[in-house]
Amino acid sequence: MKSLSRIAAVANTETRLASRNRWVLLATLILVLFALALAFLGAGPAGSRGASALTLTAASLATLSVYLIPLIALLLSYETIAGEIERNTLPLVLATPVRRSEILIGKFLGHIAVLSVATVVGYGIAGAAVTLVHGFDPGGALAWTRLIVTGILLGAVFVAIGILVSASTPRVGTAAALLVGIWLLLVVLYDLALLAGLIVDDGGMFTKTIFPLLVVANPGDAFRLFNLAALEASAPVGGIDGLARSLPFPPALALAALAGWLVVMLSAGLARFRRLRP
Amino acid sequence: MTNETLLGVDDLTIAFGSLTALDHVSLSVQKGERLALLGHNGAGKSTLFRAILGFLSLNTGTIRIADAAPGSERARRAVSYLPEAVAFSKALTGSEVITYFARLKGEPPRKALELLETVGIADASKRRVGTYSKGMRQRLGLAQALIGRPDLLLLDEPTSGLDPISRGEFYDLVDRVARQGAAVLLSSHSLTEVEAKTDRVAILSKGRLVAEGRLADLAGAAALPIKVRVRAKGADADALHAKIGGRRLNGRSVELDCGTGDKMAVLSRLAALGDVVADIEIDTPRLDDVYRHYSKPPAPGDAA
Repeated sequence: MKSLSRIAAVANTETRLASRNRWVLLATLILVLFALALAFLGAGPAGSRGASALTLTAASLATLSVYLIPLIALLLSYETIAGEIERNTLPLVLATPVRRSEILIGKFLGHIAVLSVATVVGYGIAGAAVTLVHGFDPGGALAWTRLIVTGILLGAVFVAIGILVSASTPRVGTAAALLVGIWLLLVVLYDLALLAGLIVDDGGMFTKTIFPLLVVANPGDAFRLFNLAALEASAPVGGIDGLARSLPFPPALALAALAGWLVVMLSAGLARFRRLRP
Repeated sequence: MTNETLLGVDDLTIAFGSLTALDHVSLSVQKGERLALLGHNGAGKSTLFRAILGFLSLNTGTIRIADAAPGSERARRAVSYLPEAVAFSKALTGSEVITYFARLKGEPPRKALELLETVGIADASKRRVGTYSKGMRQRLGLAQALIGRPDLLLLDEPTSGLDPISRGEFYDLVDRVARQGAAVLLSSHSLTEVEAKTDRVAILSKGRLVAEGRLADLAGAAALPIKVRVRAKGADADALHAKIGGRRLNGRSVELDCGTGDKMAVLSRLAALGDVVADIEIDTPRLDDVYRHYSKPPAPGDAA
């Protein structure tokens, strides 16, 4: 009971800080603007191959989210412990009866709350706009819901990574530099390396057996794969995403991979935080 | 109940690699007592605080807080801490900060918020910390430390950077808390500052406890000489020097050292000199002299 109230106090303070510092507003705006741009600019999803506009936008949003959601999650969380070390409030907090695990969980939940609000409101507004213009269909609505829920899960993984980074360095500046590096590595370079592998291998061993596992092993790719596989044949996909058609395992494994990342990153963050000497 | 030890540090050594931050330090603070910890930057004051809070592993010795181990749940309930140069999130208001820490300490926030009144910043409770002056932030820090009536209050250089009036008010608050039964351990750079504000002082120098006791006793034990400066009439310091000895300061004055015991004897001898003497100034050792005496590094071969 006491433990829960302390976790709530930490989470509450984190969300309050995020909203005071305009992070909630900024994150929501970014998501809604990019989603609307995808829905109404560019090729224009309506009418192609019988798929509904709602479904098609969900498919392109799945790809965009891989870049945006991790970035927002890392931006929300990288400062959370390093900042307290810099301001010298961490020893003060740790001198109270609160446990380190409670602080970490509280901070995690606080950032998830902010991210959830941004994702639900941002994608919700965009989804409603697409529905208003192009009409409603149940399959599309399901795809959007799936996108929002798994998007929050993807964000949770990166919030956990951000907390791990934040607990690993006493300087906010170093944490920020690490965050950029991690984002580039996991979200951009990883995919480029996989594509290079596919080209070199040209349909051989790598493409058939190792490649799908490597895709699922990356949180961003796992998220995209799960969403695109669920859309089945209704949306046109290509590139790495073509894999969604020919998965050698059930798409739920992609979700399990995401959950695995979450558990590992949170545990690593807690281990780092426990060893930290304020 | 008057001799209840709330903090007992015994033979504490803490080393960071080859650097010995604290070297066999022992001290204790009783209920209702205020102990000032003095020392230069890097003397080990903050390290001692961090050890008492259970953040560090001890190389030798023990620490007991209200009969519990440092860092244990019981110890953390008993202790309140105000770190040096703490900066609460600027975006939170004063009452939000207090509410937050009250929740962490498991105390009712409503009661904790009354402390803003106690420290005199109730008017600013709805304003963001970013708008506070340094003195107000330090008061907020103290209010935070007073939540839940702690048994042991640890204040790390709580008045550094405060103006003399804020400083005086700060010590009045500390005094009030001690009278209600809390043990207070606070650190400071300056002995003058804590004079009459604390019951005992402990002086740390390079990790070693070089002196501990009541201020008057320490000054007595240091046995620093009283300096008597005598100004000669007619700028004839040579004649005066020939008569009374001592050190020539300049063309006009001579300085004598004398112990507390023979001050009167020296003065009556000077008075007997008649009109050779124009003026006498008596310079009793000041607290900062006492502090300097104790905190200077031990002479080689003196290390025990």
